[in-house]
Amino acid sequence: METETTTAPEATGAPETTGGPKATGAPEAASAAELAGVSVLASKGVLGQEVLHVTRDQYLEVIGSLREGGFEMCADLCAVDYLRHPDRPLPEGVTPERFEVVVNLLSLERHQRVRLRVQVPESDPVLPTLFHLYPGTENMEREAFDLYGLRFEGHPDLTRILMPEDWEGHPLRKDYSVGRVPVQFKEAPGPR
Amino acid sequence: MTDEELIAETFEGPQEMQDLDETSREELAIEQGVASELPEGFVLDPGDIDVEFGADETMIINMGPQHPSTHGVLRIMLELEGETVLRSKPIVGYLHTGMEKTGEELTYVQGATNVTRMDYLSPLHNELVFSLAVEALLGIEIPSRATWIRMLMTELNRISSHVMWMATNGMDLASTSMMIYGFRDREMILSFFEKTTGLRMNHDYIRPGGVAADLPDGWQDDVTAIVETIPGRVDEYDEMLTGQPIFKQRTEGVGVLSPELALAMSATGPLLRASGVAWDLRRAMPYLAYDEVDFDVIVGTVGDTYDRYAVRLNEIRESCKIVRQCVEMMPPGDYRAQDKKVTPPPRARIDESMEALIHHFKIFTRGFEVPAGEVYVAIESPRGELGCYLVADGSSKPYRMHIRGPSFVNLQLLPSLLRGGLIADAIAVISSVDPVMGEVDR
Repeated sequence: METETTTAPEATGAPETTGGPKATGAPEAASAAELAGVSVLASKGVLGQEVLHVTRDQYLEVIGSLREGGFEMCADLCAVDYLRHPDRPLPEGVTPERFEVVVNLLSLERHQRVRLRVQVPESDPVLPTLFHLYPGTENMEREAFDLYGLRFEGHPDLTRILMPEDWEGHPLRKDYSVGRVPVQFKEAPGPR
Repeated sequence: MTDEELIAETFEGPQEMQDLDETSREELAIEQGVASELPEGFVLDPGDIDVEFGADETMIINMGPQHPSTHGVLRIMLELEGETVLRSKPIVGYLHTGMEKTGEELTYVQGATNVTRMDYLSPLHNELVFSLAVEALLGIEIPSRATWIRMLMTELNRISSHVMWMATNGMDLASTSMMIYGFRDREMILSFFEKTTGLRMNHDYIRPGGVAADLPDGWQDDVTAIVETIPGRVDEYDEMLTGQPIFKQRTEGVGVLSPELALAMSATGPLLRASGVAWDLRRAMPYLAYDEVDFDVIVGTVGDTYDRYAVRLNEIRESCKIVRQCVEMMPPGDYRAQDKKVTPPPRARIDESMEALIHHFKIFTRGFEVPAGEVYVAIESPRGELGCYLVADGSSKPYRMHIRGPSFVNLQLLPSLLRGGLIADAIAVISSVDPVMGEVDR
């Protein structure tokens, strides 16, 4: 075997991770809000997860400085359509819009996650792409474009990824209906 | 409106790989896999890309979606010069069934039945991540026996998934006997799953609030038989493949993945570990009771196809170690939370109590309500970080359920791994990424 079998370097060496399932280990973790560079609205989510609410203008800048600050991986990017749930809990100062893009960044060194939520208005569903910072977001942004119709400016190949390329509409939007097969009861007149 | 007009109106750009003169330089950078290999800052300058091939001597060929070596309905378009791959583009979506949309129409009780069909080789991990997300929003504690049962079952599932990967990988590299052996071993574990959950796949066993049923009588003997057989078999496969010259020639130095590229492309799981990054969510951000068990994180050195094979092979051994500890340390107690809101009454009570009948009926028809909020939960599935972003609006159905499929993200690496290699190596590389199309397309 040429592959080494090693025990991974334990974060701080001791099994002191007793603070629930999401205990962050490792060197004293600076909060992501401090690393963001500009002042952003931060809140604590369920399980103590750190959430930053950034505006569209801050989006690239904040993610850029977080990347400099040690968040070397973009774990996930997805969109949410809040059409039917407009009165969701948001910290003061955040104007709710129809769409929200959620970016999950991960720091392998500090064992830390941070979640960014960006409000995107329905009238102008455009965000700058993260491709140049995290090339791994390419598929995720294409998925958000395909299923929600959000445009990511500067994305090199923004085409549909899951739906056929001539598909009409963006299926995960809340005003896109779920298809149904009508139940055919006995004695009922046929479909045509 | 004619068909052509309709298509023109809804067309959002071609998904297929285009001829070279119709491809923008940025697209080309992706298809060559160089966009992500830029050294500092990963800032792409399209002028930097070197177009090194003359178009008249190359051809674009199409592989899949029915090609047997693409592990399902993955389609790859490759531009070849002779046998060398110049650029490639994976095209997915052939198995898209709208499971995230379906998830919004099902209650939290029914949700696990839906997500279990995503990554069909490790269904229990899908159920686990969904259940953990729902429990986080509900804020309920689950009994320790349920936690340990979940750990036992998901580790067995990891073994069955890796053994299955060994089988298909062997098949791709013309080691047909490995395929038969792999399926044989997987069957052993699936039989235990069938005994416990009632089904071989798509179990709906791990549910919000605990697990569906306690382990069957005599489970210790079954599990012990599995973990006593598998390591010996793994040693056999080790002997059969690891030192075998043909296998080594086909895998060593093929599809080398650098740790920097792996991180930039958000790769996780055995791919990332084979490149030498010791990142395993079970160790780094422990969930369930992984901080109480002893196991090693397997790390590779080179990051080629051979290392990815070795990492998975050794992870089977480590999972056996965890399963053994689960058998020893399995605590007594309840297998699901005794929270009346989430847990239906025991079956026997339904025959004697009208209230229990109503309670049971309400949980399975209307479901339970989950307080408004959102949470992201991630676990280590056999393929990498399996995440679930769940948004609840206070009703009994998820407002939004997003699953971060590790294969969906890992597939982006294919252009980088395939470039400059031979078409025959492409088979080995695709196999070593271990995509499960059910999870890619969801």
